[in-house]
Amino acid sequence: MDTQLTLTKMHNWRSWALTDTPQSRRQATIGMVYRAWLQFRHNWLAMTGFLVLLVLFAFAIFAPLLATHDPNSQDLAQRLAAPSSAHWLGTDQLGRDLYSRVLYGARITLGMAALIVAIVAPVGLLVGSVAGYAGGWVDRVLMRIADVFLAFPRLVLALAFVSALRPGLTSVVLAIALTAWPPYARLARAETLIIRKADFVSAIRLTGASAPRIVLRHIMPLCISPVIVRVALDISGIVLTAAGLGFLGMGAQAPSPEWGAMIATTRGFILQQWWVPTIPGVAIFVASLAFNLLGDGLRDVFDPKSE
Amino acid sequence: MKTVSSPLGPRVRASVSGISAVFATLLGLILVTFLIGRAMPVDPVLAIVGDRATPDVIARVRLELGLDKPLLVQFWIYLQHLAHGDFGTSVMTGQSVLADIAQYFPATLELATAAIIVSVFVGVPLGVLSAARAGSRIDAVARIVSLMGQSIPAFVLALVCLLVFYVKLGIAPGVGQQDVAYEGMLTPVTGALVIDAAMDGQWDIFRDALAHLAMPALMLAFISMSLITRMTRTFMLDALAGEFIVTARAKGLSPMRILWRHAFTNIAGRLVVVIALAYAALLEGSVLTETVFAWPGLGQYLTRSLLNADMNAVLGATLVIGAVYVGSNFLADVTYRLLDPRVK
Amino acid sequence: MNIEVENLRVKFASPSGEVEAVKGVSFRLGQEKLGIVGESGSGKSLTARSILRLLPSQARLSSDRLLFDGIDIQSADEKTMRQIRGKRAGLIMQDPKYSLNPVINVGAQIAETWRTHRGGGRKEAYEATLELLEQVKIRDPRRVASSYPMELSGGMGQRVMIAMMLAPDPEMLVADEPTSALDVSVQAEILKLLEDLVAKRGMSLLLISHDLPLISRFCDRVLVMYAGRIVEELKASELSAARHPYTRGLLECLPSLTRPRTRLKTLERSAAWSA
Repeated sequence: MDTQLTLTKMHNWRSWALTDTPQSRRQATIGMVYRAWLQFRHNWLAMTGFLVLLVLFAFAIFAPLLATHDPNSQDLAQRLAAPSSAHWLGTDQLGRDLYSRVLYGARITLGMAALIVAIVAPVGLLVGSVAGYAGGWVDRVLMRIADVFLAFPRLVLALAFVSALRPGLTSVVLAIALTAWPPYARLARAETLIIRKADFVSAIRLTGASAPRIVLRHIMPLCISPVIVRVALDISGIVLTAAGLGFLGMGAQAPSPEWGAMIATTRGFILQQWWVPTIPGVAIFVASLAFNLLGDGLRDVFDPKSE
Repeated sequence: MKTVSSPLGPRVRASVSGISAVFATLLGLILVTFLIGRAMPVDPVLAIVGDRATPDVIARVRLELGLDKPLLVQFWIYLQHLAHGDFGTSVMTGQSVLADIAQYFPATLELATAAIIVSVFVGVPLGVLSAARAGSRIDAVARIVSLMGQSIPAFVLALVCLLVFYVKLGIAPGVGQQDVAYEGMLTPVTGALVIDAAMDGQWDIFRDALAHLAMPALMLAFISMSLITRMTRTFMLDALAGEFIVTARAKGLSPMRILWRHAFTNIAGRLVVVIALAYAALLEGSVLTETVFAWPGLGQYLTRSLLNADMNAVLGATLVIGAVYVGSNFLADVTYRLLDPRVK
Repeated sequence: MNIEVENLRVKFASPSGEVEAVKGVSFRLGQEKLGIVGESGSGKSLTARSILRLLPSQARLSSDRLLFDGIDIQSADEKTMRQIRGKRAGLIMQDPKYSLNPVINVGAQIAETWRTHRGGGRKEAYEATLELLEQVKIRDPRRVASSYPMELSGGMGQRVMIAMMLAPDPEMLVADEPTSALDVSVQAEILKLLEDLVAKRGMSLLLISHDLPLISRFCDRVLVMYAGRIVEELKASELSAARHPYTRGLLECLPSLTRPRTRLKTLERSAAWSA
């Protein structure tokens, strides 16, 4: 009796979400997201990426619960131990448990990626929409600035930037964000140029809406889906760059278990205790791969013609 | 009737505006490096002369840099220095940074060029074939390879390659550009050991250098191939969907001819831009891979300078890599316009 | 040369099952000008392209008979098809901006067709190209030959297409909406050009269009297609005596200067036509 009721409820919700005549903006948005989800589900590669990411995020969030040891506690008697039941992935050169360190490292890497995206996407979106809507010299100036940053070599510049300031997570995040925002601005601008010619924009203007309101409430929301796709495709590169900076000692400092830094400090052991530098490397690879699969899947759903 | 304009005219005009954009970018790059140099919490003078310099030296350098003057004047002084090729002196090596760069850059270029050649000659045909047989097994293989290359960090792959090919299988020689036994036996002409050895006829040095070049180059090629193959495939799929391909088939042309003469020529321009992007990324990525392979290039120079807080060297190398990056993108753009009559 | 088509079907796979775009079409084409008229989605383009097997890769072709001068198109291998395409039958499409290769100059594209089927060196091919361009009434063949497709007007582009397809001296030409992308004044010129060349060379013509009066003026026979089927087949001269309600509907919708009406008629479709 209970399952029957739940099934009916689910069925009702489905028809509500997928209706052709949504009664409210919220209903329309939910319906759109649900339809995209149904299409996304067919792509098993993308689903794999998505699930792997869920697992990684779970690892990051629940690291304290899932870790077997304190990531920073050293046990010099157990240095460079091979994987065993005591230390699931072995230990590093100071006897620290690799499994726990990788778990906590996920927090750092995924946190950095999330923070960078949280900065870069809104800023790029705003700059691009404003440039596209305002046109004229505002557009030209903003786009010229964007082009200049777009042409910068991201890694090298981040390197110089971080080296001048204090090495650490904030510097890495800022440095990457500085060169990562231009593509979103260009994207938002391209979309805005198309949207602003639409009739509904003229209609809203006729009702007396101010330019900032038009840009913020009407144009920017429509630019979100290509931005999401682009974000998903970009994140894997951001993860790699951040790991690279960590590898060069520019990111989180010891004893922090940042994956790139872990590889840097242990790479001398590649010849004998090869798992010590390799395991964090695999972690970076898995994260990046998952983001790539997710990004490809999202692109196929939202914007199959672009690349 | 439409008049046929000279195809060169508008394209040259577009390139010129491209040059001004490049200069703006380079200026921006110089400005950023300048600001980084001045914005450090460390005293820029100490960063340049090291903390063991005498007070006279410190005073002299402070005067030279014009640190007492307003920022804009300082920038102007900086620009003038750069225009004369004066990147300052390296604390680490004691020579001028420019001399250092001239010494180390060729090795990076050698590695990057070797890698890009391999990735183009393997990656482009793979992408073309992949598109021609979309959905087939070779397509799946190409896409998986692309995905792997896109997701793996270069320095991790470098370590793994060392582990597998050097330690476990013993087919690759050790790290470095050449065996210690051969060091210093060759007077550098181009700085690229392989070329220099061949030109000098020293074939044992040549073989050794080539053997040392092989693994890093192939590894880097694998990574840049991921971009090149993927973009080739995407561009080709797009071109093959065009109406003109139906026309080509209707003309009774052979599939090979349709693929290369008709579809490929459509994408060649855009592909050049992608290859330039990949090359620039290789130069940039040298920072990460050269330390692993002990390759004596600009990347390793940059990382060592970082460790030694040698700001002149760091900024000089950053500027050079940045300038080459911007320059190669610009050249690619120009080539694109020349190859593709559609671009206005 | 004659073409026999019997029970031609073209199917596409779709998320909701198989869709039949051409539902059992049969006709013959001899030494004549045959027109296929229908609206978008009627399957006329697919029918014509099936003869040359130039369908998109997702399409599935089936027929009881599909013969090009006795050659079985359905079972022929690609090599055989390549000897028919270009050499024995040409295809002209709607918009030369898309149907010509945008990065190769038009002279080279014409010369390519000529050399593929006639053999010969570059110089010969170039001379032949210039001559062909003159045949399609282009006044400055040298300049046009060195131009790119996007530099030419629609009419010029179609002339180039015609020249290109006539280069191997084929027996038949399929023209898929050759004038639909052109201005009305240019349309008449291009069609007249086609008519002259086809007559002079003794070729067959398969003309596809959605424009009924145009088809009736230039063709000997007309096939009317609707929803993947042929609903009527008649001589162009006897068009006014058409009997199928769809054809009648089309005829009656045409506004006329000689018989003005107060209200324009619209076509009322019946589900029976697609049964």
